Amino acid sequence: MDKLLRDKKAIAAFVLPAMLVYACIVLVPIVWSATYTVYDGVPGLDFRFVGSQNFTTLFRDRDFWMAVTTNLKYVAGVVTGQIGLGLLLAFMLMFGLRSHKNLVRTILFFPVVLPSVAIGQMFVKILEIQPQYGLFNSLLEVVGLGAYAKGWLGESSTALICCIIADIWKAMGLYATLFYSGLLDIPGDVIEASQIDGATGPQRVRYILLPMLKPIIMMALVLSMTGTLKVFDSIYALTGGGPGNATRMPTMYMQTTAFVYQQYGYGSTIAIFIMIECLFFSLIINKLLSKDNTI
Amino acid sequence: MEKTKKKVSPLRAVGTTLLIIFLLIELYPIIWLLLSSFKTNSEIALTPSYSLPQGIEVQNYIDAWNVGHMSTFMGNSIYTTVFSLTFIVLLSAPAAFGLTKMRWKLSGPVSTLFLMGIMIPVQVMLIPLFLMFKTANLLNTLECLIVAFSAFGLPMSIYLFSGFFKGIPNEMIEAAVIDGCSIYRVFFKIMLPLIKNAMVTILMISFMDVWNDLLFSMTFVSSTELKTLQTGLVMFSGRFGARDWGPTFAAIAMGTLPTILLYLGLNKVMIEGLTAGAVKG
Repeated sequence: MDKLLRDKKAIAAFVLPAMLVYACIVLVPIVWSATYTVYDGVPGLDFRFVGSQNFTTLFRDRDFWMAVTTNLKYVAGVVTGQIGLGLLLAFMLMFGLRSHKNLVRTILFFPVVLPSVAIGQMFVKILEIQPQYGLFNSLLEVVGLGAYAKGWLGESSTALICCIIADIWKAMGLYATLFYSGLLDIPGDVIEASQIDGATGPQRVRYILLPMLKPIIMMALVLSMTGTLKVFDSIYALTGGGPGNATRMPTMYMQTTAFVYQQYGYGSTIAIFIMIECLFFSLIINKLLSKDNTI
Repeated sequence: MEKTKKKVSPLRAVGTTLLIIFLLIELYPIIWLLLSSFKTNSEIALTPSYSLPQGIEVQNYIDAWNVGHMSTFMGNSIYTTVFSLTFIVLLSAPAAFGLTKMRWKLSGPVSTLFLMGIMIPVQVMLIPLFLMFKTANLLNTLECLIVAFSAFGLPMSIYLFSGFFKGIPNEMIEAAVIDGCSIYRVFFKIMLPLIKNAMVTILMISFMDVWNDLLFSMTFVSSTELKTLQTGLVMFSGRFGARDWGPTFAAIAMGTLPTILLYLGLNKVMIEGLTAGAVKG
């Protein structure tokens, strides 16, 4: 038996194909990308070692830092919305409804599965003003707020907030479902005991439910944060980074740097920055929340 | 909860009302999109956005399908998705079995290596992959997309398959081996049938990744006739978006319809799969 499970040939037959594909397409490029950060120019033509030059450029590059700042605002907005509304929806599903819970969950989850590009373009049409009013502006008109109608995605003051709302709209069902299944896992007698002890609704949420949901909240925070730090599809479909550069994200900046201007070395530097950013924030969340036990 | 008639607490009433509002917010835009796709261009120009369509303008769909190349995009998406999903399952199911049930020294580190792939943003691999495909003359083919999707789908599916394999008791393998089964027979005849459910979940998650992809297809493929649904949609709206709202709505609706149909039939599996995929940490 043991001999059979230690059969080297069988192990190779099972694991090697996947390993080879994975190594060539994923692992090697990671290392490759890391080495590109110290090069400049076009590979094969004029590719030279420049040491830390890409990093110094990165630190002085205003366009890049603007993209990072825009992205951090976006992250803050979307993470708060997704986690906050996700929790709210989960509590309402759990305690606000007596029946049809699964149906409601299925509807709430629906936008999660739709392609971000199509959803982005749907929002473009909803927020349109030219050549005719989209859904949102015409609804504003109906309720007598027609004076406020405008091209929401075309003005830099409102474009980012619209992107934030669209992303919350799309993903809050996922977070609601995550938290809801977490609530279902909490043993019923814990909640009953708190009822007997006379805890009010908000007290129960604050002192019993939230602390018990903590592991899931932590995971959801990491998920939402890393997802928004590297956001690309939805913003690309909504604004393409515009108007001007008002909604340009680091991932989009990297895309243009590498594939429009063919600065592969600098592009790789930005990509590595995004990776470090993601790892850094995941670590911070884990550190912060694992220490503090009260939330 | 208890079935006895309780007076409805104000908190619960507020909760229910809010929930209904949220349901409307989540559903109405999609319904509006589908309804608008049946309006004629003049109807869109003359009546307010929220009004119901006066008739069913199928011409929008015909235009988007033929003139707008949606048929090509859809075909390309189906082609890459089918092959990518096949490769993902063919590669990851045996790998996960080898990593969890076979006994070898490096199984731990190799699993970690695969798991690492979930954490690292695809942007990091994008430039090297682009140059690699360029050297191999694979740029601007659907095959390079299949290669990329298959490889990037591995970490998550190996992770999930591993979880399912771990749940199968070793005694089952032992019993089969005592009966004279080879290890390959154990895998194909005993293990695979046991993880059928896992297979559906993993296919679902991989489908979402591949079908909804924008980044790879817009980076690796440039010619119109090779675009997938999502990149095609971006191009389509760029070209027709401002003037021809009707066909644009139809194109967007077509972009969502396969997923909508899938969700109508398989929503339970999709919800389970995607939340399982999210809880990987």
